[in-house]
Amino acid sequence: MKTVRHSARARIAAVGIATSGALLLAGCGASNETAAPAGGGSGGSSAAVSGTINGAGASTQQVATQAWVAGLQTNNPDANVNYDPSGSGAGRTQFIAGGVQYAGSDSAMKADEITQAKAKCASDIVEVPVYVSPIAVVYNLQGVTDLQLTPSLIAKIFNKKITKWNDPAIAAVNAGKTLPDKAITPVNRSDKSGTTANFTDYLSKAAKADWTYPGADSWPIQGSEAAQGTSGVIGAVKAGDGAIGYADESQAKGLGIAKIQVGTTYVAPSAEGAAKLLEAATRGTDGGQYVFSYTLPRTTTDPSQYPITLSSYMIACSKYADAKQGALVKAYMSYVISPEGQQAAASKAGSAPLSDAVRAAITPAVNAIS
Amino acid sequence: MQQPGDRIFAASARGAGILILVVLAGVAAFLVIQAIPALVANPADLPGGKNIAVYVAPFVFGTVVSSAIALIIATPLAIAVALFITHYAPRRLAQGLGYLIDLLAAVPSIVFGLWGLAVLAPAMLGLSTWLNTYLGWIPLFAGPVSVTGRTMLVVGVTLAVMILPIITAVSREVFLQTPKLHEEAALALGATRWEMIRMSVLPFGRSGIISGAMLGLGRALGETMAVAIILSGSSIITFNLISSGNSSSIAANIALNFPDSTGVAVNTLIASGLVLFVITLLVNSLARYIINRRREFSGAN
Repeated sequence: MKTVRHSARARIAAVGIATSGALLLAGCGASNETAAPAGGGSGGSSAAVSGTINGAGASTQQVATQAWVAGLQTNNPDANVNYDPSGSGAGRTQFIAGGVQYAGSDSAMKADEITQAKAKCASDIVEVPVYVSPIAVVYNLQGVTDLQLTPSLIAKIFNKKITKWNDPAIAAVNAGKTLPDKAITPVNRSDKSGTTANFTDYLSKAAKADWTYPGADSWPIQGSEAAQGTSGVIGAVKAGDGAIGYADESQAKGLGIAKIQVGTTYVAPSAEGAAKLLEAATRGTDGGQYVFSYTLPRTTTDPSQYPITLSSYMIACSKYADAKQGALVKAYMSYVISPEGQQAAASKAGSAPLSDAVRAAITPAVNAIS
Repeated sequence: MQQPGDRIFAASARGAGILILVVLAGVAAFLVIQAIPALVANPADLPGGKNIAVYVAPFVFGTVVSSAIALIIATPLAIAVALFITHYAPRRLAQGLGYLIDLLAAVPSIVFGLWGLAVLAPAMLGLSTWLNTYLGWIPLFAGPVSVTGRTMLVVGVTLAVMILPIITAVSREVFLQTPKLHEEAALALGATRWEMIRMSVLPFGRSGIISGAMLGLGRALGETMAVAIILSGSSIITFNLISSGNSSSIAANIALNFPDSTGVAVNTLIASGLVLFVITLLVNSLARYIINRRREFSGAN
């Protein structure tokens, strides 16, 4: 009996030691981070900021946000940013209601949302693109490595007007390749997503005649192969012989990636192409001087641009009642759009870094935050 | 004359009983209150743009079909396993098997989901193709066969595996309680072992089997993650079990669409949750009713 109790106590003690050891290690890790040389140029403010800000919105930005927060904390160990990936719409709603200090959104704010947000902030609104990512059309087709597709073909494949890989219409733009007599299985997202929104937006603009649905974050066609999340789509395409889907280009390794017709040539997705597309985008005029809402030129004919691109925004007030909070938002967003921040997101989430031209355009807006 | 201990125990037991009711009522109230905005909303504002019944119907259908497949597969199998453990297997083996099955019940559903997606789905491609080739005239197997295997049939089989341990465990417990005298009497009258089981064990255990099956059905109806990651589901009603287009289930639809929903779309999802709540309530009431009707000569009360 005694030994039993003794051993139990010993075990508790051991657990205690292990726990405190872990805490100690964690502590060490944190202090190491703070001791690291202050290399990252955090845009505007050089003085360390502290406190906590909360953001909510697009799940697209979630992985990149982890990289950004880690980067911010390198120079500002007492600063903390919480991000709730509750979805673009929810993020904007919470921001307008004043529940969060900034929002992430896969689509720009609508005019009435900007009006409401301005009233809540009692200041201008800052809305800048922070996360740009090319969306690849991925396929799994034995023996076909260099598939080329036109916007109209993509639309017809995904709305099931074309059902066989050896359809004459596909063969016509893939001269010299042997296309198998196999059924096409188009795979779409089963959950709501910014990827779907941008993909359907592209189809609705670049293939107007063949795609009659508007751009939307849930897939408009019922009864096709649907999978959860980017990983689900990639998994389904990998598993299905003759399957085709759309997903973040960074996740497309190991699958065929279709080249998309742009003008007279065919373009593969790339970070540069996505960044270039954003550079060529027209900026919306309403909303105020700090609102940079872009309409991506989906029908571009410049082969240096890749038209199926997702751009995600960060939305904040330009003036915060709490100056400390304003300084933190500014420092965070400055880091996010800085070359270091964009590179961190690129290596962690596979996004396309913003081009210098776009950065030059949006930096004044971020610097205006106080 | 009551001791203080008696009174304390009685009160705390009563409190626990009331607490259950309060929690249940709280959940029901939450669902109803949150669902009302969707029920009274203008149909054009709802996801899909039609009225709430049209929105929920495919998911109700998918939920019922997947659970039905699971139950059809799992129940006979579970009875067979339970009979083997209680009446055929050597005692040592029976004990081990019993533990193993209880262990199976503790496997998290997401693990079953991943297994269904990565192993079962590709493995059942052959069967699906075979069904389509030879039984394609039955609407269930009309095809075209999904190339990924993420179909209603695979979901049904996965759910069957998930609910098998529950049904087996309950059936086994009931079979063990069959009065020894009945069994021995049957054997003494010259019955073979199978006849003895048919005459004494199965009638005695019938309500136990039913309650086990209903417990399993409850789990299958509410199963979320496994269905969400395996099934290629959308908002359609189809009897076709082996093609890419399948009716999604209520729980899976909520899990998939809740994260990016706002406003009345959230209320719509909660309204579909209310429907699921009502379905499970009905199923359980039905099970209770069946068990109560066969109260006499039964091991489950």
